[in-house]
Amino acid sequence: MTLLAVEDLAVSRGGMRAVEGVHFSLDAGQALILRGPNGVGKTTLLRTIAGLQPPVAGRITIPDDAVAYAAHADGLKPALTVAENLRFWARVFGGQGIAAALSAMDLQALAERPAAALSAGQKRRLGLARLLVTGRPLWVLDEPTVSLDAASVARFAGVIRDHLGQGGAALIATHIDLGLSEARVLDLTPFRARPGRTAQPSGFNEAFA
Amino acid sequence: MIALLARDLRLATRAGGGFGLGVAFFLILSALVPFGIGPDRAALAPVAPGILWIGALLACLLSLDRIFALDHEDGSLDLLATAPLPLEGAVAVKALAHWITTGLPLILAAPIFGVLLQLPPAAMPWLVLSLLLGTPSLSMLGAFGAAITVGLRRGGLLLSLLVLPLYIPTLIFGAEVTRRGAEGMAVQTPLVFLAGITLAVAALIPFAAAAALRINLR
Amino acid sequence: MSIWKYANPAKFMRTTDRLLPWLVVSAAVCCTIGLVWGFLTPQDFRQGSTVKIVFLHVPAAMMAINIWVMMLVASLIWIIRRHHVSALAAKAAAPIGAVMTLIALTTGAIWGQPMWGTWWEWDPRLTSFLILFLFYVGYIALWSAIEDPDSAADLTGVLCLVGSVFALLSRYAVLFWNQGLHQGASLSVAPGERMSAVYRHPLYLSMLGFLLLFLALLLIRTRTEIRKRRLAALQAREMRA
Repeated sequence: MTLLAVEDLAVSRGGMRAVEGVHFSLDAGQALILRGPNGVGKTTLLRTIAGLQPPVAGRITIPDDAVAYAAHADGLKPALTVAENLRFWARVFGGQGIAAALSAMDLQALAERPAAALSAGQKRRLGLARLLVTGRPLWVLDEPTVSLDAASVARFAGVIRDHLGQGGAALIATHIDLGLSEARVLDLTPFRARPGRTAQPSGFNEAFA
Repeated sequence: MIALLARDLRLATRAGGGFGLGVAFFLILSALVPFGIGPDRAALAPVAPGILWIGALLACLLSLDRIFALDHEDGSLDLLATAPLPLEGAVAVKALAHWITTGLPLILAAPIFGVLLQLPPAAMPWLVLSLLLGTPSLSMLGAFGAAITVGLRRGGLLLSLLVLPLYIPTLIFGAEVTRRGAEGMAVQTPLVFLAGITLAVAALIPFAAAAALRINLR
Repeated sequence: MSIWKYANPAKFMRTTDRLLPWLVVSAAVCCTIGLVWGFLTPQDFRQGSTVKIVFLHVPAAMMAINIWVMMLVASLIWIIRRHHVSALAAKAAAPIGAVMTLIALTTGAIWGQPMWGTWWEWDPRLTSFLILFLFYVGYIALWSAIEDPDSAADLTGVLCLVGSVFALLSRYAVLFWNQGLHQGASLSVAPGERMSAVYRHPLYLSMLGFLLLFLALLLIRTRTEIRKRRLAALQAREMRA
């Protein structure tokens, strides 16, 4: 089953095209790693696929309610405990399996601590555990391994592998090697938008220049 | 939706949530006004309805930027926007949570501050009723203003600049109900207008606020 | 040929470049003749020479409201059809509208001093204009606060929509509020009460003059905004290259 199909996609940041002509698709059980230098538009592309901003051109095909998005900010409330944070997102997304998510990311011992007391890496693990309780098949991850140590990265790679094994898919923007040998890699550098490459104007500013 | 309401209420009442600040502000304002106007009952009683309404309005304004700003900072808003819950619903729920944590305590405390400001006893029920009907629209309009200014670094001042003019009709009718109540006049007309504004605001503003949020998340 | 072709910034710039001199000249002529003619009208038997401020006050008040309506229409065009010139025109119109409102308020106060014996009266009309001014200020402040131009256009558009509804609502709420305070009709500057032709004709001329003045200023300001955006686009492109 195809979870994500991207055709001739162009996204813009601040009224200027970032990347254009992007083509790929993700089936259940597949992972795709996005690479490219800083500022090429990885985050913008992921936010567009997550539905947070409209594409400038092209088409994104995703089944309804399939995307779980995780970015630099984890969406955690410091005043709530680890378990409360997870329970909230589970209820919002209608998912389950809080205990399983906690143990998958090695957080059981911290379950009743307030999130404010966690270290940066522990917060990150909690943010990733949230993906598990959403029950959504397509994970869209923006730099998921920031502030994780080597052991946690390996653990997280294992979680992704399990997710793929259960028919999920993952789209990951990252600079480090996750150790996911089965994942395909897509470098965004060749898709970088060049002014005047396409005839039709896209954003506001291009209509003016 | 209930989960979101429960979370917002829990966050507001836990340490650092700012619960009760609005009422404390309301108390200080009610205590300061006589220092400015004088302790004379004859001077205080006529202005009491207006002062109480303006106090409630400012106390409500105080906590508006918290409706979305914190959720925007920590990324919760991105996640809520991708959740199955419609964003319009999330806006309405968050405005409701704001009303429960600031509007409702204000309504309960208002009669006490009314006594401080020599509001005639006959006006008390009308004060409470007008606040009960009016403050939900203050929270909802505030959520709209907060949604527009959510991405701005110094949005607080701008938020008041945008929201306060929107409060004018509610303030006019709310204070009018209380004033007429104090003078023993018929209150039906302003009361109906007040309720009408609140209902219209509750029905329509969530769409405008959600549209503003989507623009700010882009 | 449809009107939408002027949504193209380049086409807009070319057309307005030819139009602008005519507009500026006719605005200057109409304003000058209208105001001078108005100044030379005979004194009113009740109001004395103060009546002459009406030639400034009424056109400014009329434009203050109409400019907001124009901003509402332009915002709707932007929101529905995404024509960028429209959004920029709304942005360009707001400060003009705010100044018109300020002129209407100031001249109203100057006229009110000898007539009502006070610089400021919470008359429903004056109060409504004060509220309108607050809406203008909020709208302009929001434009200047947001960096991303498209987001700014969208958000101010939403604000203009909601603000229009509430400005109208406030207008009627103020009417209710003031009647709640003072019984009976309040003083009003309504030009409707049978004005003699001596006053009416120069008034119409200065109203036309103010309209032309607004159009000229609007085009100049919109052209500046377009140039600003073009500059920003070119700089962004250069950074990229």
